[in-house]
Amino acid sequence: MKVLVTVKRVIDYNVKVRVKSDHSDVDLGNVKMALNPFCEIAVEEAVRLKEAGSAAEVVVVSVGRKACQEQVRTALALGADRGIHIETEASPESLNVAKLLAKVVEHEQPDLIITGKQAIDSDNNQTGQMLAALLNLPQGTFASELKLTDGTVNVTREVDGGLQTVALKLPAIVTTDLRLNEPRYASLPNIMKAKRKPLEVKTPADLGVETKTHTKLVKVTPPAERQGGITVSSVDELVEKLKYDAKVI
Amino acid sequence: MAILIIAEHDNSTLKGATLNAVAAACQIDADLDLLVAGAECQAVAEQASKVMGVSKVLLADHSAYEHQLAENLCELVVELSRNYSHVIAPATSNGKNVLPRVAALLDVAQISDITSVESEDTFQRPIYAGNAIATVQSQDPIKVLTVRGAAFDAAVAEGGAAEIVAIATVCNDELSSFVGEEVAVSDRPELTAAKVVISGGRGMGNGENFSLLEKVADKLGAAVGASRAAVDAGFVPNDMQVGQTGKIVAPELYIAVGISGAIQHLAGMKDSKVIVAINKDEEAPIFQVADYGLVADLFEAVPELEAKL
Repeated sequence: MKVLVTVKRVIDYNVKVRVKSDHSDVDLGNVKMALNPFCEIAVEEAVRLKEAGSAAEVVVVSVGRKACQEQVRTALALGADRGIHIETEASPESLNVAKLLAKVVEHEQPDLIITGKQAIDSDNNQTGQMLAALLNLPQGTFASELKLTDGTVNVTREVDGGLQTVALKLPAIVTTDLRLNEPRYASLPNIMKAKRKPLEVKTPADLGVETKTHTKLVKVTPPAERQGGITVSSVDELVEKLKYDAKVI
Repeated sequence: MAILIIAEHDNSTLKGATLNAVAAACQIDADLDLLVAGAECQAVAEQASKVMGVSKVLLADHSAYEHQLAENLCELVVELSRNYSHVIAPATSNGKNVLPRVAALLDVAQISDITSVESEDTFQRPIYAGNAIATVQSQDPIKVLTVRGAAFDAAVAEGGAAEIVAIATVCNDELSSFVGEEVAVSDRPELTAAKVVISGGRGMGNGENFSLLEKVADKLGAAVGASRAAVDAGFVPNDMQVGQTGKIVAPELYIAVGISGAIQHLAGMKDSKVIVAINKDEEAPIFQVADYGLVADLFEAVPELEAKL
């Protein structure tokens, strides 16, 4: 079985982003970048399938500028076998990313595609579902557990009220939630080995995809700041403030 | 052109998130159709017909829609959406599951998690865990949107008298099937609908200690939440998670207990009206957003709080 995993280069999750003074976008200059945490979980799951003998090959794909090859290498160091980088502008819209990935899937014919449920920069939570739609494949979003059986994958999903399990015919698309697994750290020997693993670079034109503009970013502004509060010295004072000042209890 | 809203329900009750989505849609256009797709869900359609602002309820009642499987529901919505200028769903786990699939089949973008309607094609939405607000203009013929419930006051649930129209279309492609579910049973209010939320973080130490919060919650009629750190540590299930990657809440009162205040947690609760933080570390970032901060050992302060309520 072949597994295809998608990864995105995003701002490191510990960094608080700042809005540019002209409100055109956020300022990503000199900001630490990393593998999107949910994509890391996706890579980990694919590698575990390989280690368990369920998957024969793990292919990792990323869409974006040249710099995202760094994140493809990270995924290779974590255990993926080969990488594909589709070189585009900095942050293409989800639907365009899904169209590019759909072409890769048509070419690679994987049995299982694992994506992160959302990227922590745009917070869209769309690409996996869009990819499933374009390929007319079943989807198991927000997965906390995967079980492969003959020709199907059972996906346990994190839903608002608890957990839901669905059975998907393969090939299928799964998007990861945070409890699916705990990703490993790449070891130094594996980081060195990853540098020699194959990484193919393609353009949207190579794939025959014409990207379209669907939305316009009008402006980006900082959120409303909360006024600093006060420190209370005791539980009694807290209860009094909540009752008589804030009037919320 | 009219707006199609996908109702959130469990085949017997219309969920509150639908009312917030209706309220957002009201700011775009007055002609709103509410789709109730489920199985034996006539009761939901009747509740939906009473929601103020709804012009028509479309009822698709078939076993194929019983569990809101994305593949079937999406096909139905796509077929219906040709007659609409906007397709809207609440940003719940169902809405997030189904709507991007709809958008892709319509060859349009989805604008996720809108928090404000600027005009019929321009919306605001938080990005980077709420550390920036993007104003986005759609250039597509059909606008596909999910609505962040906490950002819109609920539409009035009673008083309307919309017509209920049965939809006969059955989409059942059998790509996926329902196996089972584990629904958390609780007498407490839903996290996203509660007026008061009390959440615990890594400082709680273990899952059993969440009973301290439950006792306070029972006195306040509150929902109990958790930070990602508490979920990651395995203290509590993920459906309790408040944050960028969990649920977004904006109650009247939010009490954060043993939560340091990571960016991703603040993203899920900083629009609460009043925030209380109880933490023994006075340097914890949670105090920067708290209206009332109490530097104390939670294992003393929380039982004392419960006793004094």
